[in-house]
Amino acid sequence: MDFLNSLLVKPFADMVAAPDFLIQVLWEGIVSGVLYALIALGFVLIYKSSRIFNFAQGIMVVFAALTLVGLHEKGVPALLAVPLTLVVMFILAVGIERVVLRPLVNQPDIILFMATIGITLFLVGFGEIIFGGENKVMITEQLYIPTGSFEFEPFGGFVSIEQKDLTAVIGAGLLVIALLVFLNRSKMGRAIRALGDDHQAALSVGISLSTIWVLVWFISGIIALATGIVWGARAGVSFALEVIAFKALPVLMLGGLESVSGAIIGGLMIGILEKLFEIYWGQPLLGGNTETWFAFVFALFVLLFRPQGLFGERIIERV
Amino acid sequence: MTQPAPQTAPAEPILTVNNIEVIYDHVILVLKGVSLSVPLGGITAILGANGAGKTTTLKAISNLLHAERGEVTKGTIVFGGEEVQALSPNDLVRRGCIQVMEGRHCFGHLSVEDNLLTGAFTRRDGNAAIRADLDMVYEYFPRLKVRRQSQAGYISGGEQQMTAIGRALMSRPRMILLDEPSMGLAPQLVEEIFEIVRKLNEDQGVSFLLAEQNAGVALRYAKYGYILESGRVVLDGDAEALRNNEDVKEFYLGVGGEGRKSFRNVKHYKRRKRWLA
Repeated sequence: MDFLNSLLVKPFADMVAAPDFLIQVLWEGIVSGVLYALIALGFVLIYKSSRIFNFAQGIMVVFAALTLVGLHEKGVPALLAVPLTLVVMFILAVGIERVVLRPLVNQPDIILFMATIGITLFLVGFGEIIFGGENKVMITEQLYIPTGSFEFEPFGGFVSIEQKDLTAVIGAGLLVIALLVFLNRSKMGRAIRALGDDHQAALSVGISLSTIWVLVWFISGIIALATGIVWGARAGVSFALEVIAFKALPVLMLGGLESVSGAIIGGLMIGILEKLFEIYWGQPLLGGNTETWFAFVFALFVLLFRPQGLFGERIIERV
Repeated sequence: MTQPAPQTAPAEPILTVNNIEVIYDHVILVLKGVSLSVPLGGITAILGANGAGKTTTLKAISNLLHAERGEVTKGTIVFGGEEVQALSPNDLVRRGCIQVMEGRHCFGHLSVEDNLLTGAFTRRDGNAAIRADLDMVYEYFPRLKVRRQSQAGYISGGEQQMTAIGRALMSRPRMILLDEPSMGLAPQLVEEIFEIVRKLNEDQGVSFLLAEQNAGVALRYAKYGYILESGRVVLDGDAEALRNNEDVKEFYLGVGGEGRKSFRNVKHYKRRKRWLA
């Protein structure tokens, strides 16, 4: 009885009793949610256009962040280092297309997946040789990312919103919107969606695979840099950052590997739910630290009932 | 008109295929020396049963073969005076040769209009020209204009075939390789599609190479035909001559010399007769 009470009643009573705290928790959830959504989008774009599950997404985050900080350490002004890093990510995209994807075209999916593991190992080694293995600090101030926080007092309580987080949410949100507009309005975006629907037909109308592949890998490079800056600012720049890409896995299971809107909604959902669960259920009932596994268990439950994910593209089949 | 079939197609070909051999997966020999040519502004048909190599021939020309691990190992393909067998499908579309695949292959999650617009991927002549061509496609296929916002996965088979042809038109082709346009369509719709092929050929000067099982319709609209069997051309000639050829009538048009007759009455040895048997 007591257990049921603390499972089903008390958490909600707590939420109502301290709405300011609830807002704080929701905000924290949104911050990580937006980032999950961003990383998941990187996976979705590459999967849609080439059926490759990109294992290297995580290391690309690290590599982009390392390049940015590394360039700055070598004396490049911060605001110049960002475009330079983008150039590096572009060269990386071209290199991956030429050296890895093109020779492996038409091979079974699993082989391409293995190839992205290869890319991961290469980037780990290459990054370490050039920038060294020690942890670095993200150049937050030099990039003019504001620090400090806004404080509110709604419902007679207290909510604090860090400006760093607010910048991250706005930045990531803008990036997501830009991507959506790009996918739905531009010629290249249309080609990416077409490629996701019917590979052969896309080839037959003259859509060039290599152009699209370079493009999607470059876009996921941009996403990697954005994620790297935001996460690096919170946790420092190290190879451990790679792990956060795998936090996007449950988002993908939830949203479906091919759905852009699924990635966004799934990301926000996982971000918010895992924070709520941690604060209201995890800490009082399970001793906390549930954030590491909650998303995976949640995704597993969803898959039991909807194997294509919550927003997986409906399979259109004419009868 | 029972004149003997001329051995060569009329002069000034836009496409010439010289004795090509196609091998899939390094082992399976599918085409064993196919030669054909399509005159500029012509409609030419490739006829044959399942597995005769019609689709493979078209894919060899458009080079979609490569994506299926097929390879042209011998012979040449000349389009517009240039050898093209080493070019990518993208290059070929740029040069004005586009394939409409068998089974329509629309982009199911994209709207009809987006489907059409993907056909303009290789074009560099600006949005206004592309918009103008979109209107032109809608003129040829008024039904597509009505359904422009529908997801292509949910429109009818005939509309999908129209979308696929319209999509190819958006690339401003000089030649369309049309694979089995009649597949799965009602006879009336088949007629409608072929009428549009004829119109496009007359108004726009687009040359067509079409692969068909439905020899009756194909030979009425095409000017020249090739009959393929087991990866070889076994007969070719003017459409008219082919229509009147006794063997073609019997094997492909379902009509014997004296009009319709029952399959039961065909002698056993004749039933199994094939040119290459």
